[in-house]
Amino acid sequence: MEQIEKTFETRELTISMGPQHPATHGVLRLVLTLDGETVIKCTPHVGYLHRGVEKLGENRTYFSALPLTDRLDYISSMNNNVGYVNAVEKLFGIEAPERAKFIRTMVAEMGRISSHIIWLGTHVLDIGATTPFLYAFRERERILDLFEALCGARLTVSYPRIGGVRNDVSQEFLDELYKFVLEFPSRMDDYETLVTENRVWRKRTVGIGVISAEEAVNWGLTGGMLRGSGVCYDVRKHAPYDAYDKVEFDVPLGKNGDCYDRYIVRMGEMRQANRIIKQCIEKLPTGPVMADAPKFTLPPKDKILKDMEHLIHQFVLITKGPIVPEGEIYSATEVPKGELGFYFVSDGTGKPYRMRVRAPSFVHVSILPKLCEGGFVADVIANIGSIDIVLGECDR
Amino acid sequence: MKPLEIADKIKEKFQDEVLDVKEFREQVAVTLKKDRILEICRYLHDDAALCFDYLIDVCGVDYAGKKEKRFEVVYHLYSIKRCHAIRLKAEVPETNSEIDSVTVLWAGANWHERECYDMFGIIFKGNQDLRRVLMPEDWEGHPLRKDYPVKGPEKEWPGFQAVLDRAKRFKEFEWHG
Repeated sequence: MEQIEKTFETRELTISMGPQHPATHGVLRLVLTLDGETVIKCTPHVGYLHRGVEKLGENRTYFSALPLTDRLDYISSMNNNVGYVNAVEKLFGIEAPERAKFIRTMVAEMGRISSHIIWLGTHVLDIGATTPFLYAFRERERILDLFEALCGARLTVSYPRIGGVRNDVSQEFLDELYKFVLEFPSRMDDYETLVTENRVWRKRTVGIGVISAEEAVNWGLTGGMLRGSGVCYDVRKHAPYDAYDKVEFDVPLGKNGDCYDRYIVRMGEMRQANRIIKQCIEKLPTGPVMADAPKFTLPPKDKILKDMEHLIHQFVLITKGPIVPEGEIYSATEVPKGELGFYFVSDGTGKPYRMRVRAPSFVHVSILPKLCEGGFVADVIANIGSIDIVLGECDR
Repeated sequence: MKPLEIADKIKEKFQDEVLDVKEFREQVAVTLKKDRILEICRYLHDDAALCFDYLIDVCGVDYAGKKEKRFEVVYHLYSIKRCHAIRLKAEVPETNSEIDSVTVLWAGANWHERECYDMFGIIFKGNQDLRRVLMPEDWEGHPLRKDYPVKGPEKEWPGFQAVLDRAKRFKEFEWHG
């Protein structure tokens, strides 16, 4: 026995996980140094999906940069659009009409559900449960169908526009959505039955990837990552935009800051999102869906086709952009991943002088070494799943 | 606290450092000299009444030909405890484009500073991990500078040819199963 132990030699092993790895949710590459099963060092490499959205945005007018934001977080493009148009409206100094604000809140929460549901599906799939994944896509499919009915696009919607939304919602859409809203809580109950108290699930997530409240704030985490550690910070509550100050909702909080608490928080968020949608449908005011600010918003399509003046106006706005006051603005919105911020520097022309996207996923990837080091290789997968990243947004 | 009051507090404490205070749409930006930025940030971070515990963002802006000093490093700070925000802007010249890192105060600043270095070539003194983050490590130039072409550089990145060659090699590989 002694002889065998002497001849064994152990050494550290460096492996590259990704960029093509199903559990890295895109093109994230981690270089892991392992001592047996334990991760000693973890170095994330990002940038494989870098398309230069900020640079492109600086060379386009405010109107034509909107579709770029769809491609940031491509599984909840609605929320990105809402974030972008809110920032631009703040810069222009215009405000969307009440009905548009409610519609935006409603579709943003739909985006939140569809994003969280795909997170739930893939996160539990990574850890080994296939069933919730298959059911999760049923709900997502319904939301995407509703998006299609609303604006014709399923993924890259570009539905919110600067000064309002592209078109008004129809009664059929609202009826269908209301049906979904009534059904959704029972679906959530199903998922919770499958996952929440599952012994395997709990063993894999409780006490894994722990981050304390102070650390979470210090690292600049937002969204479910921060609230999982018990810090109550939600842009929707701290600096309400759109119609969030007119609807009631709670902010679910975790306690321990581990993967399990983050799961609980996001599950709670989905129920709250459902609640918000319901209130939005019930309270939806009547009126226009586009702001009356001809200097900053595009004229309605039917007028462009009939009226020369509007046609010229549209042409000038699209090609040259509006005349924007000089200044700079930072505007944040709560997207499913966390705080999405847009920072604009305007020099008075129709194009932003500087467009900065503060992407939550970018910050969240940076904390991976802290979460993974000292844990097992299998926990790396659990951690990646629970931080809920989209690389399109991280790399921009 | 109102953002203008915060700006006044900074002005009071660091008289010579503050160059300008600007308000636009209820957001206040304080322009600073770069030399004592770490000290100012430490004050904002530690002071009990200000308590800026959350660094939202660090980014660079290139004012080539528009301002005397070419770059600006912009810090967005927020206090979750006190619910107030401020924007700090530090002027960085083109020659000797260095500024102190704030990673000792906010751990989350690391990647933002890395990105700023990657995109603008601003060096953050004291950042232990200052590597490129979004662009490949052997990339030439800093893409978000205003003199960098939108379509990319004329010369192709050498790493691209290496990738193509490797892909070709793998294609020729015959599987003897």
